[in-house]
Amino acid sequence: MSVGIHEFGGYVPIQRLKRKAIADANAWFNPALRGLGKGERSICNWDEDSVTMAVEAARDALGGTGSGSIDAVYFASTTLPFQDRQNAGIIAEALHLGSELLTMDVAGSQRAGTTALTAALKAAASGDRIIVAASEKRRTKAASPIELTTGDGAGALVIAEGDGAAKLLGRATHAVDFVDHYRGQDEAFDYFWEERWIRDEGYNKIVPAAVNAALANAGIKAGDVNHFIFPAAAGRVAAGLAKKLGIPDAAVRDNLQGTVGEAGSAHAIVMLVHALEEAKRGDIILVASFGQGCDALLFGVTDAVNDAKPAAGISGSITRRREEENYNRFLGINNLVNMEQGLRAEVDKQTGMTTLFRNKEMILSLVGGKCSECGTLQYPKSNVCANPNCGAVGTQEDQPFADMPAKLNSFTADSLTFSPDPPAYYGMVQFEDGGRGMLDLTDVDPNSELEVGQPLRMVFRIKEFDTKRGFRRYFWKATPDTEQEGA
Amino acid sequence: MASGIKDKVAILGMGCSKFGERWNDNAEDLMLEAFTEALEDAGIEKSQIDAAWFATAIEEQHVGKSGIPLAMALRLPYIPVTRVENYCASGSEAFRGAVYAVASGAADIALAVGVEKLKDTGYGGLPQRSRGALNDQFWSNNSAPGSFAQLASAYQAKHGVDKNDLKRAMAHISVKSHANGAKNPKAHLQKAIDEDRVMSAPMIAEPLGLFDCCGVSDGSACAIVTTPEIAKSLGKTDLITVKALQLSVSNGTEAQHNSWDGSYFMTTQTAAKKAYEEAGIKNPRKDLSMFEVHDCFSVTELVTMEDLFISPEGGAINDIMDGFYDSNGSIPCQIDGGLKCFGHPIGASGLRMLYEMYLQMLGRAGARQREDNPVFGLTHNLGGFPHQNVAAVCVVGQDGA
Repeated sequence: MSVGIHEFGGYVPIQRLKRKAIADANAWFNPALRGLGKGERSICNWDEDSVTMAVEAARDALGGTGSGSIDAVYFASTTLPFQDRQNAGIIAEALHLGSELLTMDVAGSQRAGTTALTAALKAAASGDRIIVAASEKRRTKAASPIELTTGDGAGALVIAEGDGAAKLLGRATHAVDFVDHYRGQDEAFDYFWEERWIRDEGYNKIVPAAVNAALANAGIKAGDVNHFIFPAAAGRVAAGLAKKLGIPDAAVRDNLQGTVGEAGSAHAIVMLVHALEEAKRGDIILVASFGQGCDALLFGVTDAVNDAKPAAGISGSITRRREEENYNRFLGINNLVNMEQGLRAEVDKQTGMTTLFRNKEMILSLVGGKCSECGTLQYPKSNVCANPNCGAVGTQEDQPFADMPAKLNSFTADSLTFSPDPPAYYGMVQFEDGGRGMLDLTDVDPNSELEVGQPLRMVFRIKEFDTKRGFRRYFWKATPDTEQEGA
Repeated sequence: MASGIKDKVAILGMGCSKFGERWNDNAEDLMLEAFTEALEDAGIEKSQIDAAWFATAIEEQHVGKSGIPLAMALRLPYIPVTRVENYCASGSEAFRGAVYAVASGAADIALAVGVEKLKDTGYGGLPQRSRGALNDQFWSNNSAPGSFAQLASAYQAKHGVDKNDLKRAMAHISVKSHANGAKNPKAHLQKAIDEDRVMSAPMIAEPLGLFDCCGVSDGSACAIVTTPEIAKSLGKTDLITVKALQLSVSNGTEAQHNSWDGSYFMTTQTAAKKAYEEAGIKNPRKDLSMFEVHDCFSVTELVTMEDLFISPEGGAINDIMDGFYDSNGSIPCQIDGGLKCFGHPIGASGLRMLYEMYLQMLGRAGARQREDNPVFGLTHNLGGFPHQNVAAVCVVGQDGA
């Protein structure tokens, strides 16, 4: 029985920091950074992390939340928000997948994304339907080259039995403890060794070995590859490898350096999703990703790829962008500079684990209620129906709101309350089929005016950081829905 | 239908501290200041008070919980003291407790004290605090100005009002209150301002600028109430009696049901209707002599003028710009400066509004005294957010009116 990629989706945060702004700020220290100061990189809003981006990518792949018959969620990232609290479990809750599933975090290497994919392909052979979500938000030192070359983003795949949109043709993995860079326990930043050595002894020796093994495994010639994915930031690395391997130069995929940046362990998946969006039946896709060895996988694209195309994907995410030129804001919202946040930031943000657990569907899955007597939708779900003409007791059934379109009823931009990126936008969010809430808004363009009646959609975000205890609260926020606006 | 509170209880004495940034005073000092004035005005001994109600809203910032802080500050003689809290309407709640105690016959003379000592936070605005373990996990990150600011967007959308016309009317409200506050020696803010200054002030929460927001103040206010009979037996003439006391509390319709459009207060309308009925007021626009509303923000005052059925729906802007609510207008609103300029020490505010009604009706309001003889005065004391709040409406007036 074959296994393959059945659905796919992607997410890139809306803000794009001009690399020139980073280079201009730091060239006094390292003039060589000017050479990297072209194009733009995606940056998370203050309320995004690898978990929230993975949720959005998975929703894009699944076409929403609550999709049934998922047996497992594999989450790949080297920037997991929690070291001990399963991050894949948060994603599964946000996606409202129920509790009868396997959740797993895959980390520890820049090839974590393809490793999770490899494991999922193996598990799919025994009948499991698995979400592989890979996401990265790398923390970088000011004036470091990777501050310019990396970007934030996520990709998600649904892996199952059958050919799907892209059938697995063959694969190979070589594990080599080649330490091009590392991040030790409790260290905030990566430590790098010389680039020339990484190229000569790493990319050019380890990758060909794994790729040739995968080609042999699949019985495919290098010359037949239509899409070669190698997620290195440096421009000529993938082309050099292609030449060495006999892969046509035209097959080398854009590494998205000009528009997104390299999304760490997620980047192979991000590029794979991007390739699937553009691939046609019969195309052969080769994904190779490097990190203490190399994973190489070959897929054959089927007819089903057209029906599997996601609403946004990576292409849609790249188009949906807002330029940011304020490098100081980037430093500020990522705690890379010691900002004066004011006394209002000092309020204790402790989260009661009992409170959260008791209400986890309400908070993490955005599930409210629907009155079985009068049909009124309400959030949160409550014992007594909110409809003033009903008031029935104990009649509410679960009602998910995460995918329901909404409109803005009233709003403000608040400069008084503490926000890591003031002003804080919030307002009365009114759902299309009923139900509403006074909720935070996010990704609001400061240069555009909000309007009563404006379309909104819900996104999974960080609500608060508890800096005292290293915890972060997740919840849903509303964001202007440009798709609906255009409709 | 209940017979209501009308003319069953009279105000025997009132007191109010100077409001403002009372850097060198504790809440206890402010309470004693208000109480001393009220006790002297009432002409009784402390030992004649049968029971007390004590209002504070953000007690963790100053006195802590329970009725004990009041009993200790005033050395009350081991009488019942009930502490009440109902957001910014707490002061009206204390008054309601004391008035009902007298009306029931359980007490001959009862005391209501409200206090707040807010200027110990280290920053401007109200204290930032938890809204509750679960609320913190899903409520928006809202401040008071940000919550009330939304009235403007919803009001504009509903009535098709131009943003600048609304902002200008809001500015007129603040200018008027500053002019009134300038005549009030107990007010926190006593400087007159002009509209341009309001319009160009730094933004706090769009569209509310600095001068659209009330003062955050330290202060205390106090009322001593009894029956009209006892008041007369104590030698009082020209009694001011309670005509109506109503309170309406949101049950979640505004927050959770799409029948509310966000441009008005369901609670205020509900409490106002009941209060007019209880007081026997048929036409508030004609019958009321003056009123104090909960002008925490200029836009709150604007929509409240309609919610109290004084301006017609959608007609507040015209009345405001016509000067209808100015100190020399038909029905002055906030003739003492209001929350905006007298100040807003939360637990004291409801009682402070009544204090002004009381002074005006007795002709004791000094430079800001109305020349006509005020008969009915209304106070509107609101707590919470437009989408979930408590609204207290109280009517007081000349005995027998």
